[in-house]
Amino acid sequence: MSAPTKTPSAADSVTTGERRRPRRRRQKGIAGNTLWFWVFVGPFVLGLLIFSYLPIIWSLVLSFFEAYNTATPSKFVGLRNYIDMLTDHNFLSSLGTFTIFAVFIVPLTFVLSLVLALLVNQVKIARAFFRSVFFLPTACSYVVASLIWRLSIFNGVRFGLANTVLGWFGIDNIAWLSTVSPPWYWLPLVTVRLWLQLGFYMILFIAGLQRISPTLYEAAYVDGAKPGWQVFRYITLPQLRATSVAVLILNLIAAYQAFDEFYNLIGNVNYARPPLVYLYGISLGSIQDLGHGSAGALILAVIIMIVTLLQSRIFGFGKAGD
Amino acid sequence: MAVSERTTGTPQPIGFTQSGWGRVGMVLRWIALFIAVVLFLLPFYLILRNALSTEADITAPAWTLFPTHLQWSNIKELFDDTQVPMARALYNSAVVGVLGTAGQLLLASMAGYGLARIPYRHADKIFYAIVATLMIPGAVTFIPSFIVVSSLGWVSSLRGLIIPTLFSGFAAFLFRQYFLGFPRELEEAARVDGAGYFGVFWRIVVPNSLPFFAALAAITFIGNWNSFLWPLVIGQDSSSWTIQVAMSTFITAQTINIHELFMAVAVSILPLVLIFAFLQRYLIQGVTQSGIKD
Repeated sequence: MSAPTKTPSAADSVTTGERRRPRRRRQKGIAGNTLWFWVFVGPFVLGLLIFSYLPIIWSLVLSFFEAYNTATPSKFVGLRNYIDMLTDHNFLSSLGTFTIFAVFIVPLTFVLSLVLALLVNQVKIARAFFRSVFFLPTACSYVVASLIWRLSIFNGVRFGLANTVLGWFGIDNIAWLSTVSPPWYWLPLVTVRLWLQLGFYMILFIAGLQRISPTLYEAAYVDGAKPGWQVFRYITLPQLRATSVAVLILNLIAAYQAFDEFYNLIGNVNYARPPLVYLYGISLGSIQDLGHGSAGALILAVIIMIVTLLQSRIFGFGKAGD
Repeated sequence: MAVSERTTGTPQPIGFTQSGWGRVGMVLRWIALFIAVVLFLLPFYLILRNALSTEADITAPAWTLFPTHLQWSNIKELFDDTQVPMARALYNSAVVGVLGTAGQLLLASMAGYGLARIPYRHADKIFYAIVATLMIPGAVTFIPSFIVVSSLGWVSSLRGLIIPTLFSGFAAFLFRQYFLGFPRELEEAARVDGAGYFGVFWRIVVPNSLPFFAALAAITFIGNWNSFLWPLVIGQDSSSWTIQVAMSTFITAQTINIHELFMAVAVSILPLVLIFAFLQRYLIQGVTQSGIKD
């Protein structure tokens, strides 16, 4: 280790100064450590300041200004942008869209990924094959999946796969993505996300299942618990608590940030527009309204943080013993 | 943690192998599994079918299970299409994927090591400042980040695509947790031999942590390759489109060539399918390590 003359490396101070000069070793050690700490952590912290902290602060400032097509505005408007956003029918309905989406996607993802994990876990042959099949969609992007869904499966014309299947039963074509009543568009929106993310959460559940000690099952067996539902209800499910909470929280946060599939399947339309698509439209569309966009983004961030915290509270995430 | 063990004597959850209704339950579970496999593979079949079909085959009123003949010339047609810069987009995605992943791992691993191992009075505060960024949902920051990046003049550039994504608080957090559990004895042995923090990190810690790096690298690469919102915001000029943005503009174009579009899809998922084929073990480790914050 070639250390500069004035700031000896920590290694020197630790190895050479150890016995002879304890006091000076400590002083030198601290100086060297501080230097090395910043060598290791400094670049990262600098980047974090520029690309995480600075944007948030800047955005906070912008949210109090009128900022059309500019990031350095001069007209202070106070809470105007926030009031506008909270009374903006389109923004509120985007929160409504998200809520409906979450009501579908969160429970479905939870149940189906757990079922897949249990199915794969109980298989004795070709387990790796099944796991890979369910995990493989993770390789696809939302753009790719949206494209398959929009043009091949839920295409509104006869050659779409869904309409082809309906045709076998003599049912007319359905314009899946543009029919507002009944709101068929939820079917492609929900299934595309299920296909993409079930495998990911299944892997988390499988890992959780494999951490359950076999002795618990043996004990349940000895105690006469009925195999099947009873064992699942009183052994498996409680033991998966930490995993379940993680799956629910990750899933809900991801749902709040839904953008890709809405943007690519339906586009920026008012009947099914989640918050991010709406914010994208107002802040980076034809008029770059960064003031309202920033206010909306901050409102959304606060909502997500509150929901996450509440959810963690309710489920007791991070409790000792989980 | 390892998910890949194939019943090496570990007793299975009794409840699900010896169910009350025995055989019937077993058959039902196999049927469910079979249906799930078909549903999960169906979109992949559609990619291949449509990518190698003629437009007439795809849009025919009667569904054809396989193309009447395999139209390999769709590949050439895709790359010859002057409206969508396919080759350029693939190049951009590759650069973003590789440099983004390497940069993120380098920065986060060094930060994580510093936080885990180098004593410093304010290390705790810095750690909290890093963890605090995890509270802020990533996608919500695209507007503020765009403001900063556009002020730097990085819109429509590879710099703008890559650099802002390099500083992942979550990756630094994961590395710190990992390095806290790294065997100290290995490091101390190198210390005695006269190595400093830098030497210990590069010669001892990193070479002995390659599976962990591989796991995070696989996940990060896939995330970068597939990411859409940030490249869409930054790629305002077609020369800076990534493959995802290129495909997305394809969909919203007025005239859509379905066969060409699906060939683009097939080409775009090829690198990831290869990663899945060869690095799946690391990927699954990565998912379990990053999915659950222990």
